[in-house]
Amino acid sequence: MVNVFKIKKGLDINLEGKAERIKVQKDASEDFVLSPAFFEGVVPKVIVREGEHVDAGQALFVNKQYPEVGFASPVSGTVTEIARGERRKVLHVKISPDTEQKYVDYGIHDVSRMSGEDVKDMLLKAGLFGFMDQLPYAISALPCNEPKAIFVSALRDKPLAADFEFELEGNEADFQTGLTALSKIAKVYLGIGAKQTSAALTGAKDVEINVFSGPCPAGNVGVQINHISPVNKGETVWTADPMVVIFIGRLFNTGKVDLRRIVAVVGSMVENPSYHDVIVGGQIAPLLECRLGDFAECLRIIDGNVLTGRRTTIDGYIGAHTSEITVISEGEEECEFMGWMMPRLNQFSVNRSYFSWLLGKKAYTLDARVKGGERHMIMSGEYDRVIPMDICAEYLIKAIISGDIDRMEELGIYEVAPEDFALAEFVDSSKLELQHIVRSGLDMLRKENA
Amino acid sequence: MNELKDYMDKIRPLFDKGGKLHAFRSLYDGMETFLFVPNTTPKTGVHIHDAIDSKRIMSIVVISLLPALLFGMYNTGYQHYLAAGQLDGSSFLDLFLYGLFAVMPKILVSYIVGLGIEFAWAQMKGEEIQEGYLVSGILIPMIIPVTCPLWALAVAVAFAVIFAKEIFGGTGMNIFNVALVTRAFLFFSYPSVMSGDGVWIARDYLLGFGYDLPDSFTQATPLAMAAQGADIPYSISDMVLGFIPGSIGETSVVAIALGAVILLWTGIASWKTMAGVFAGGILTAMVFSATGSTPLAWYEHIILGGFCFGAVFMATDPVTSARTETGKYIFGFLVGAVAIVIRVMNPGYPEGMMLAILLMNMFAPTIDYCVVSRNISKRKKRLTENKE
Repeated sequence: MVNVFKIKKGLDINLEGKAERIKVQKDASEDFVLSPAFFEGVVPKVIVREGEHVDAGQALFVNKQYPEVGFASPVSGTVTEIARGERRKVLHVKISPDTEQKYVDYGIHDVSRMSGEDVKDMLLKAGLFGFMDQLPYAISALPCNEPKAIFVSALRDKPLAADFEFELEGNEADFQTGLTALSKIAKVYLGIGAKQTSAALTGAKDVEINVFSGPCPAGNVGVQINHISPVNKGETVWTADPMVVIFIGRLFNTGKVDLRRIVAVVGSMVENPSYHDVIVGGQIAPLLECRLGDFAECLRIIDGNVLTGRRTTIDGYIGAHTSEITVISEGEEECEFMGWMMPRLNQFSVNRSYFSWLLGKKAYTLDARVKGGERHMIMSGEYDRVIPMDICAEYLIKAIISGDIDRMEELGIYEVAPEDFALAEFVDSSKLELQHIVRSGLDMLRKENA
Repeated sequence: MNELKDYMDKIRPLFDKGGKLHAFRSLYDGMETFLFVPNTTPKTGVHIHDAIDSKRIMSIVVISLLPALLFGMYNTGYQHYLAAGQLDGSSFLDLFLYGLFAVMPKILVSYIVGLGIEFAWAQMKGEEIQEGYLVSGILIPMIIPVTCPLWALAVAVAFAVIFAKEIFGGTGMNIFNVALVTRAFLFFSYPSVMSGDGVWIARDYLLGFGYDLPDSFTQATPLAMAAQGADIPYSISDMVLGFIPGSIGETSVVAIALGAVILLWTGIASWKTMAGVFAGGILTAMVFSATGSTPLAWYEHIILGGFCFGAVFMATDPVTSARTETGKYIFGFLVGAVAIVIRVMNPGYPEGMMLAILLMNMFAPTIDYCVVSRNISKRKKRLTENKE
């Protein structure tokens, strides 16, 4: 039986620059990087050297605390750079790819006959384990905890997000294998959207399917977990991006770590938004070539979506979980006179003092300005309107700001990820950096509980 | 506008650290963000933001107060000319201009003193000026009698801004509603200018308008009349429209209702708090009416005095009222109920709204604490069930 969850709270932000469902070929990337920044909470130890040759699927760095968790190279080639920043922090490992790709052969496996332990070992060996995440702490999954369940959300509903059903085309078998493999470790919950019709989703086997309808953030895996089986203190759940499930499926079906995927290039400042074949860790520049018009220097390029993505540059690289590259205007050159009293019809707001409510589903071109100064929390109930979770969001934020660990635990910090607060950060009239605050709270607790 | 922006950019170095005018940096910042939407962009977090900010919110509240303020000015003139017995010979403009001249100095004093302290404080702390006082500054003149001396107002504003707001951390951190603290300060420190029967009607000849009334002239508010057991000589329509003596902005239910529509439509005031206040007030007044404890009918309690004004503009202050959704009903209900209880049970104070809201401001965190505790205990229960 399929459970249907109707999410009422939330907000769909309709932006200009949605990708058409067409794939456009672009030049291949000249080099690739794998960065520890792609994996939250990982302190890396690099295990390759500059000049060394690596095969695709060979680990480039490991989690220092859990050396069994490696992170697989997306391509085969020569390590050209291990970039380090302040205090020798590893920024990334760069690889110049071979013309002919060589993959580490992990052997084809029939997942239906494997045990959970075997699946986990295989993921660890192949360097894909760390591509999954976990709650609590919203970090790259750690092998030391047994998960009570594994959650996969196939619904991408953030503004301008890539359509997962389009990514799924041609990868259905790998997706199912990935789900079956994960189901050997723990019960797998697959969250899908009410409008998703792909048979690979609606007919997925070895999982419990839950349908989520309603506005963003219904697709947030954290929101889905909160509705299905909230995380209690001491419990762990793993979460996997649906594309990572496909990577896992490919590993078992082909014996290779094959990180090819498609990403959408979207946003109001991109000409002809569309999808492209890429490999994780590839350059962003070829995807944006000749598409940014004359304003390249006043643009914000985002590795991900406008709510949770990482700010990057034209010289940046595609992240491990990136499904879209978004380009919007930075907006620093704008000059809006007395904006606080003007009608500002081109601006989007949930507040009815603007006229977004009159303009229906108009697509907006929003720039990156914060559009206001940071204040103490003034308005009440703003966050609750866009966080469909059984959480006192405002009080949790206050507990984090005041560093009260007991109170954070009581208020359910183990159940949340920073991305669950992204919409609240968008609507917040006090312009607080909520995702940053939640992340600092999670880090504080992790340190405390270590 | 680009020229103005260029000019502002040009003079900025004067206000930066080491510049000649660094002592006025908060003033420059305030002016700049007042004139132009800040162009800062986020370094972390979401890459787009809603166009709403606290300046917009405060401006909407000020706009929602304008009907009551404008009517208050007119009514000031109306009451004065009525008292002078010259209503028939004077035009609408006479009445309004008289009220304008009587009220405007109070608005100016309130803003100059309040914003002056805010700017100085922001400068001292090296912070950006906050716009909370835009609302308090206009609320304060609306909740005092028209004869309140400007010096007393200035002292009260200074006290409230410093001791009710800034020492707590500024806008968003205060426990008590700043405008009501100003009023309470005046009420308890200078009772002779804030209560009694001689303070509600302007008595002076002003800039070519009005008449000099004798100092001994008195006119009680309807609530005071009721408290003294006298008959109220005003019709229901006078009470609803606001042609009665009282604090400057509180008399007209119609003008306040216009403000309420703006606040509720934009979602800036919580309908839950507002509905709570009316429910609490109506129910309590009905009980007292039924038991004969008050000579007023329940609806007279609602339309007289500061009840509506308090319910719409004061109880709904998001900073000092309850912040949880359930808490808002409880907070509102108790404000309404306590206001009527003070009016009826306390012979000293014919009006109870100010004290009710201040009292409940104090209890709002407790109400929220109980509501949040429910969420916490639900989580704890889930944890113990899971362990079993």
